[in-house]
Parts: sequence; C-alpha cells; structure tokens
Amino acid sequence: MKIPQELRFAASHEWATEPADGIVTVGISDFAQDQLGDVVFVELPDVGRTLAAGEAAAVVESVKTASDIYAPLAGEVVEVNGALLDAPEAINTDAYGEGWLFRLRVTDPEAWGGMLDADAYAAVAEEG
Amino acid sequence: MKQTPLHDEHVALNGRMVDFAGWHLPIQYPTGIPQEHLAVRQDAGVFDVSHMGQLRILGPDATPFLSWATLNDPAKLRPGRGQYSMLQNDRGGLIDDLYVYRDVDESFLVVANAANVDAVLGHLQALATAPTPGPFRVVVRDESDAWALLAVQGPSAAAKLDRLADADLTAVRKNRLVDTTLSGMPVRLARTGYTGEDGFEVFCRPVDAAAVWRLLLEAGVAPCGLGARDTLRLEAGFPLFGHELDDRSNPLCTPFAWVVKDKPAFGLEALRAGACPRRLVGLVLEGRGIARDGYRVLDEAGGEIGRVTSGTVSPLTRTSIALAWVDAAHADEGARIAVEIRGQPVVATVTPPPFYRP
Repeated sequence: MKIPQELRFAASHEWATEPADGIVTVGISDFAQDQLGDVVFVELPDVGRTLAAGEAAAVVESVKTASDIYAPLAGEVVEVNGALLDAPEAINTDAYGEGWLFRLRVTDPEAWGGMLDADAYAAVAEEG
Repeated sequence: MKQTPLHDEHVALNGRMVDFAGWHLPIQYPTGIPQEHLAVRQDAGVFDVSHMGQLRILGPDATPFLSWATLNDPAKLRPGRGQYSMLQNDRGGLIDDLYVYRDVDESFLVVANAANVDAVLGHLQALATAPTPGPFRVVVRDESDAWALLAVQGPSAAAKLDRLADADLTAVRKNRLVDTTLSGMPVRLARTGYTGEDGFEVFCRPVDAAAVWRLLLEAGVAPCGLGARDTLRLEAGFPLFGHELDDRSNPLCTPFAWVVKDKPAFGLEALRAGACPRRLVGLVLEGRGIARDGYRVLDEAGGEIGRVTSGTVSPLTRTSIALAWVDAAHADEGARIAVEIRGQPVVATVTPPPFYRP
C-alpha cells in the first residue's frame, strides 16, 4: 500500500497536496481504491462550487459499491479531472497521479498542516 | 464459515475472500472483476462453485416425482442430459432455481443454490412422502459433500479442456453430460454454465479438486471470482435466486416463463392463478451510475413503479444494465422509465435480456 510522504490525508481516505498558490489537488488513497475495487463511474463536482470541509464533493462508483468522496479542506472547486469520466480506472492504476479528482482553492491554506500526515494515515488505514 | 476443497488455492492466489451464503469464497483475485469478466468473454476462466448443493433423486419413481416437484419436465431428459428448472412452492412463488441432470434411467442429480440446499432437501423429502399424489418410491439425499464443482467458461474453454480430457469434448453438445478423466482423475463434465458463454461445469471428487484447478490454470484458464460470475450472469440475463427470484416470484411473469411446462405439478395452479402486476425486465440505463439491488424504478411523473434486483456496468460495453421488477404497464420492450440513483432519476429503456450474446 503506497502512502506518499509529501501528501496529507483525511480519515475518510482522501489525500491533498500541499497548497501551492492556495490550490490543492485532491484524490483518494491507494488504500481506498483497493478497498473499493474496480472503479467504473465517477461523479465530479461543478467547477466554481464552494465546499465546506467534510462536505460530500464527488462519488466514486466501483463494481461493488458507490462511495461519497468528501472535501478534505474548505474551498472552491477550480478544476476537475474530466479524463476520469472516460477512464475512471485511472483511480485504480494511479491513485496519486492520473487518478486525481479535483482541485480546490482552499479558504485556509494553514488547515492543510492539520490533516493526517503519512504515518498517521497509515495507522488509520491499518484499522480499515 | 465453510470452506470448499479449493479454499487454500484461493488464498494462495491472493483472492479477496468474503462470506457468501456461509462459504468463504473469493469475490475476486488481484486481476480484478473487469479483467476476469473479459477473460471469460474473450478466452477462458474458471470459477470454484463447489459451494453449490448437489442432491441425488434415486428410485423407480424418480421421473414422475421430479416431474411433479419441478416446473420444467424431467421426463423429456434422456440419460446424460440436463435442463434448467425451478422448484416451486404452493403459494405462487419459488423455493430455488435448479439444474437437473439425468445421469442414468431413474437417477437424477439436482444442483441447487448454496443458500437453499436445506430448504430444497426438506421440501423434496416432504413432497416425496406426501400421500397425494405420492408417496413416491424415491430417495432424496444430499450429496453436496461428495462433489467439488468448477465452472470452466469462455470461447476457449472447450478447446482447453479438450486437450486435458480423455473424451472428445467437441462432440459433446449443450446440456449433455460426459464421464471422463482429466489427467487420470475421474470427472463428470456438463456442457452448461451461468455466463452466457460456451463451457463446461466440471464435477470432480473433492480430493482431486486442487489438482484439477491447477491443471486448468496451467492450461491458461484464468481464475475468476464471485464478482465476475455475477457481472457475467447479469450480462447474460440470468436470474440469481435471492435477487430476481424469491418465494413470491411467479416465473410466469419473468423472461423464464419457458421453464414452466404444461404437465401436472405441485403448486402449478397457484402460479397459473396469479396475475402479473409486475414483470421482471431488463433495463439499459442512459446515464451514469449503477442501478443497484433495491433502487427504486420511477415513471415519468416520479412515482415508484418497481424495484431493481441486480445492476452493474458491463465491463465489455461499459453500458449500465440492470434487472428489475416493474409494473406491467411499463414492462414492454422499449418503455422509457427511470431508476433513482442517489436521489436522481436516470433514464432507462426496458430491454429484454440477454444484454450480450456471444
């Protein structure tokens, strides 16, 4: 199970990159994609939508189940990964790369530091 | 949880093990459900279905007994042939769906769903001893522990098995049985399956199951789990008992009405007397998302007109497909209805299964 050191995580299994010019990229962890199994559909938020931290923002649907994806930080959606609409399997094959879901202009860039680091998230994932 | 004779093989292959009807079975291997599905559609895959139950019906009245007890007509089976059938209750519904094989004159092997073995056994034993129209001179016994069962399915399945078998399998027609050996191990092969593809179900001794399994894998047959078995059967339009069919399902209101033959049978009057307020139909969704078991089916006004029983996205066509019981007024081919997916209506068209033909 891959958990990149440079990312921060939510207990609900989303990851976020360190804010750059106030913008973070969000996806789901390798652990989450493995639990979901083969992803077949993705629903992405509208660009321009304002999200509260913890608000349901996207849906990742696998053969097995449909799972809500929550905004790990508060902010405005500035970009979504439209390539996933045709190739949702990128979430399985490259959860931290081509499988990214959306980008947020975060309300409070400092909040990123309050998310789980790789070691803390590894402990969460261990418990399932 | 019960284990099949192939349990350790699944674990060794890193199968993702789940509880299925009390059995510890793989939902998938690391290859994943879509790849396993495609292996069966394009080449060959093997499933461990040893959890399924086998019942022996034996005795001078075996044929008239099964003719009374089941909806298809076993009297039409010559020895060495099999048929899809259903076991009906007397309240216009079903106890299980079955495969019935006649191996010799008055001896039948009945394959039942794992979750229903006890119910099927109890029902058949009670019917056999009932004074009217019986009692029948038959023995009904559970042989489930005597058989391991592997389903080898796909366009290359017969050719790959043929190379391993002593018999000429190319000459074996659909729904026929052949007793032969695979690498010296005695097996009974039935040219049947639950995927819509050509293939065989391999009955073997539990002690040989792991060796047969490995022989198939070495021959290039892909191991496949319950997940792919479900997407394949759904694409092929086959029902799964507990989803499409249950104790209140009238088969005459389904695409499988052909199973019900015109001959005296237990509970048949209740089936015939039942109207079809709802029908079991296939749905092809136009939008994104999977119509899952229990989701509501809606009319144009948003009123509930039915419920989804199974749904998936076809790994082959990426189309979202489902089976659902819907009001008869909306059950005709081409009817446009909707499935409520997470609060949103997604348009669907009533489409008779199968959703895929090889």
